[in-house]
Amino acid sequence: MTDATKYMSHLELGERDETFLDSNELIINMGPQHPATHGVLRVILKLDGEKVLGTECVIGYLHRGVEKIAENRTYTMFNPYVDRMDYVAAVSNGLGYCEAVEKLMNIQAPPRANYIRVILTELNRIASHQLWLGTHALDIGAMTPLFYTFRDREEILKIFEKYCGARLTTHAFRIGGCQYETYDGFEKDVQNFVTFVRPKIDEYEALLTSNRIWLERTREVGKISAKDCIALGVTGPVLRASGVKWDIRKAQPYAAYSEFDFEIPIGEKGDTYDRYLVRMAEMRQSLRIVEQAVGKIPSGPIMAKVPKVIKPPAGEIYHSIEAPKGELGYFIVSDGSTQPYRLRVRPPSFVNLQALDIMVRGQLVADVIAVIGTLDIVLGEVDR
Amino acid sequence: MLNYITDYLRSNTTPGQAGNVLWALVYILIIFGGVSLAVVAMNWLERKLLAHFQIRLGPMRVGPHGLLQPIADAIKLLTKEDIIPSEADKPVFWIAPVMILMTAFSAYVVVPFGPTHAVTDMNIGILFMLGVSSLSVLGIVMAGWASNSHYPLIGALRSSAQMVSYEIAMGLAVVTVILMTSLHGLGIYGTGAGAAGTGTLSMIEIVKAQLAQQTWFVFKFFPLGLISFFIFAVAMVAETNRAPFDLPEAESELTAGFHTEYSGLRWSLFMLGEYAAMIAVSSIAATLWLGGWLRPFPNTLTGDTWDLVFSLFPGLTFLGLALIAFLGVIRMPKHAYFRLQTLGLAGFAAVLALIGLILFIPPVRDRIQDIYWFIAKVAIFMYLYIWYRATFPRYRFDQLMKVGWKVLLPMGIGVLLVTAIVGVL
Repeated sequence: MTDATKYMSHLELGERDETFLDSNELIINMGPQHPATHGVLRVILKLDGEKVLGTECVIGYLHRGVEKIAENRTYTMFNPYVDRMDYVAAVSNGLGYCEAVEKLMNIQAPPRANYIRVILTELNRIASHQLWLGTHALDIGAMTPLFYTFRDREEILKIFEKYCGARLTTHAFRIGGCQYETYDGFEKDVQNFVTFVRPKIDEYEALLTSNRIWLERTREVGKISAKDCIALGVTGPVLRASGVKWDIRKAQPYAAYSEFDFEIPIGEKGDTYDRYLVRMAEMRQSLRIVEQAVGKIPSGPIMAKVPKVIKPPAGEIYHSIEAPKGELGYFIVSDGSTQPYRLRVRPPSFVNLQALDIMVRGQLVADVIAVIGTLDIVLGEVDR
Repeated sequence: MLNYITDYLRSNTTPGQAGNVLWALVYILIIFGGVSLAVVAMNWLERKLLAHFQIRLGPMRVGPHGLLQPIADAIKLLTKEDIIPSEADKPVFWIAPVMILMTAFSAYVVVPFGPTHAVTDMNIGILFMLGVSSLSVLGIVMAGWASNSHYPLIGALRSSAQMVSYEIAMGLAVVTVILMTSLHGLGIYGTGAGAAGTGTLSMIEIVKAQLAQQTWFVFKFFPLGLISFFIFAVAMVAETNRAPFDLPEAESELTAGFHTEYSGLRWSLFMLGEYAAMIAVSSIAATLWLGGWLRPFPNTLTGDTWDLVFSLFPGLTFLGLALIAFLGVIRMPKHAYFRLQTLGLAGFAAVLALIGLILFIPPVRDRIQDIYWFIAKVAIFMYLYIWYRATFPRYRFDQLMKVGWKVLLPMGIGVLLVTAIVGVL
C-alpha cells in the first residue's frame, strides 16, 4: 500500500465528486499477476468507488536487456533475438531488423524475397490481430471468440511451420533476403488460407460487431483524440482509429508494398469500438495484399549478394516498418565492426501504452481492462 | 409407523400441510441429495456444452467423455489445503459460504415438483422463496468484507448493489403473475371463463390456477405474460450473478470477485450455492410461467390415450439418453487403451436404459410424470444459462444498473398496471 502510494504521489488527480460517500479513495494494484493485463503489466489504479482517478504503469517485469545484448552479438547472431520482443508478431520484428541492417549496408533484397517477406508479414499481421481479438473479447467477457480466433490462427502457424520449421519465433528472414526457398505448394496453402479465413472473419463479426453488450462496452470507451495520439507518439491501429491516415506501408513503402493495391482503414471517434472495426478491416486488407502477392510472386533468387561477415560501414540508420501494433523502428549505430555499437528499438507497444492514462481517466475499472485490451500490447515488446 | 406413512400417502397433500414431520424429513433429504446431484450434473454439462459451443471437446480424460470429472474435482477440492488469509475475519469468513449454501437450499422448501411433491405448501410460498433467496446477498457481502482484500470487497459491493436492484424488477414480474391468478379478463383476453379466480401466493395454487384457467401464464393476456416472463428471465440471470451479468466474479477485472480469497472446500460451497440458486430461480420461473409440473396441453389433449402418450415421455427420455451413450460406445476408438472407458460408457448406457425401462412400469410412470415435466422445464433454463455464458460479453457495472433501473423496472411497472387494467375489463 505504501509502495503504491509512493508511485501515485506525483500523479495529478482528476475531478472528484465531493460527497460524503466517496471520502475514501482506494488504491489497488492490478497485476503483475492479473488475468487481464496480458502478461506482467502492473497498473496501479487510484479509484474513487468504481471511477478511475489515475493510473500508473509499472513495467520491466519482463526486461531482458535485448538492446544491450545486441551490442555483444554480431548482426547475424542478434537476428533471432528480435523475434522474442513481440513474440505474437515475430515475423514483423525480423523484417524490420533485416531491412534496417540492409539499409545500413546498402543492400537490396531481391524481388522474390521481398514478396515472400510481404506474404509472411501480412499473414503474421492477421495472426496478431486474431490473437488480439480473442483476448480482447475474453477480457470484455465474451469467451467464445477466443477459441474461434485461435482455431484460425493455427492455420497461419502451420504455414510458418512448413516454411521455416518454427511456429512462433520464426526467424524467417536473413539479412539480404530469405534463407529458405518456399516449400512446394506454398502458394496453394496461402491461397487456401485466404479463402478459408474470409468467412471466418465474418463469423467473428457476427458474434461481436452488432452485439448490444459489445457496443455498450466499447463505444465511447477509452476515447483518444488524434491530437493526443500524435503528441504521445501513438501509432498503428490506435492512431488510425482516431482518424489519422498514417500507415508506413503507404507513407514510406518498404519491402514490396508499393506494388500492391490496398486501403488504409481509419476510424472517426477514436474509441474502443472504432479500434475494433479498424483492426477487423485491416485483417481483410491484409488478405487482399496476400492474395495479390501470391498471384504475382516473381521467380528468381531469394538472397542478395551479402558478404560472409556482416560488417556495415560506420554510420547510423533509423528504419521503421508498420508492425501489427504500430510503428516498429530500429535505430542502429555502427562503428564499422561486426557488432552494433548501439541498437535502439522503438517498440509500438511501449509507446502506445503511454496513452493508457489519458484513455481511462474518469472512466470505470471495467474500462481499464477494455482499454488495455484495445491497446494491444505485448509485454515482451514493452519491456524488451 | 406404517400407518403413519400410508396415512400420508392417502392424504393427497404435502407432508408439511399434513403435519407429517417424518415424511417431510424424507422429502428434505431427497431434495437436498437431488439438488446436489443436479449441481454435479450441471457442472459436467456446463463444461461439456460450453466446450462444444467453443469447438472444444471439454473434459474427456476422467471416465468416458469426462463423466467422472465432477467426482475428480470434488476430491481435488476436498483435499486441498485449507487457507484462511491471516488478515481475514475468521468467523465471518467461515460463515459466509455456509450462509450462501443455506439460503440457496432453503428456497427448495416450497418448490412444488408435483401437486403433492413438495416439502410444504405455504400460503406465502413465492414470498418466502424470494425472501430467502435474496438473503444470499448477505453471504456475499460477508465473504467480501471478511476477506479483507480489495478485489473481494469491490466484488461484494457490486454484487449487493446488483442483487438488490434486480430483486425489484423480479418482484414486479412476480406480482404480475399473482394478479393473473385472480383475474381472467373478458373480451378477447378472456381465458378460462368460469374458473373462479383465487389470488394466491402459494406455489402449488399458482400452478393449479394455470390449470383452471387453461393457460400457462407466459401466454396469458398476450403479450403481457410474455413480457413479465422476459423481465423475470433477465432478472434471474442477474440475481444469480451469471453471464452476462457476472460482474461480481468478473474474472478479467476482479480476478474472482468476492471469492478471490477462498479455496478448497469453502470455495466449492460457493459454487454449490451458486448452482443451487440457479436451479431455485429457474424453478420459480417454471412454476410461475410455464405451468410447473403440468404436462403440455393438460386441458385440450385429454383422454386415456393422451394420458398414456405423455406418461411415456420420462421413459423415452432416458431411453434416448441411453441411445446417445450407446452410440458413444460404438464411436469409441477400438484400442486396448480405451477398453475400460468403453466398458464404463456401456455400463452407463445400460443404467440409463434400465432407469428408462423402470419408468415405463405403470405405477412408477404415473408417480414420476409431474416431477419429469417440472425438471424438463427447469432444464431449459439451465441450458439457457450456459448458452448465455457462451454468447454474451459482460455488462459494465453502470450499464447493468441502467438495464435494471431504467429498462426492467419501468417495464415491470407498466406490465403490472396494464395487467391490472386488462384483468378487470
